[in-house]
Amino acid sequence: MSAQQRLKDAKDESGKPYRATLRQELPLLGWMVVVWGALWQDFTIGNLVFGLLIALVLVKVFRLPPIILSGRFNIWRAVVFGSAFMRDVVLASVEVVYLAIFRGPKTKSAIIAVSLRSESDLLVTFVGHVLTLVPGSYVVEVDRRSSTLYLHVLNVKDQTEVEKARASVMMIEERLIRMMGTTEEMAILKEEKLASSKEHGKQS
Amino acid sequence: MLDTILDIVAGTFMIIGSLLSLAAGIGMLRFPDLLSRLHAATKPQVLGLFLLLAALGIELRSWAVVPILVMAWGLQLLTAPVSAHMVGRAGYRTRHLKRETLIVDELAAVVAAAEAREEREHGKKQHRTDFID
Repeated sequence: MSAQQRLKDAKDESGKPYRATLRQELPLLGWMVVVWGALWQDFTIGNLVFGLLIALVLVKVFRLPPIILSGRFNIWRAVVFGSAFMRDVVLASVEVVYLAIFRGPKTKSAIIAVSLRSESDLLVTFVGHVLTLVPGSYVVEVDRRSSTLYLHVLNVKDQTEVEKARASVMMIEERLIRMMGTTEEMAILKEEKLASSKEHGKQS
Repeated sequence: MLDTILDIVAGTFMIIGSLLSLAAGIGMLRFPDLLSRLHAATKPQVLGLFLLLAALGIELRSWAVVPILVMAWGLQLLTAPVSAHMVGRAGYRTRHLKRETLIVDELAAVVAAAEAREEREHGKKQHRTDFID
């Protein structure tokens, strides 16, 4: 979805939502067939074909707005992301358990705004999901027009920790962009890296 | 021999998984307000459920159940953040929060600006009094 279409869609008050074509729904169809097979615990061809028929009927009857994929997917980056994610899920649980038992009612938190680089709905949603499951934060409010997430962050004591939380969200977004972002988003990342390395050069 | 080892692994997973769910419950009681309690509701039990499902997969010793276990966990990953967001958003809007536990609130300014705009455009609204402020 282009930025214009996204804005139009976000502001749309005519009641006519933008709808997906069958080709755009292929990933959804694939997923539904897998779910069907998993539920029956039976991955034979006949069962899967029947599942596909049901999936087709479902997407015809319950039309959904399209999910626009970037057309890029890096498997190695997905592995990097996946392993970092599993490690973070474990760390998040340990952290919350520790806080619940030893800190309890004295826990301080903050609500911070993080403005993301990406304009894609899918990526923003993905970032929101991942940061809820890894240590620290969850999404309280989203501003779709400016891709800004308002997060509730647990266990922050001062401004430096707020900045640290912000940086960790940007890091999650970076990992996701490297995995499945569009080429434009990759270019933004590259520019950022260049700018920051120049700054370091000046300082040293 | 292998059976015993697998049983021990599965048993350990189940105990840790249950303890994590218990910890989530403790967090619900111990944290100061709704917004921080939601952390306890989403995080530890995601790992807890993963460990319980892994134990189940090991105990059943059948590959056919693996896709459905993976799916169960995947759906948990998809739905837990959404429910935390919905409850948190509603809680924030109805002011079910303790301001003194927040060290910064960057959303408050945005909400105040939106309220001021609303007032300018549609006149003063009757202030709700049925909320805990």
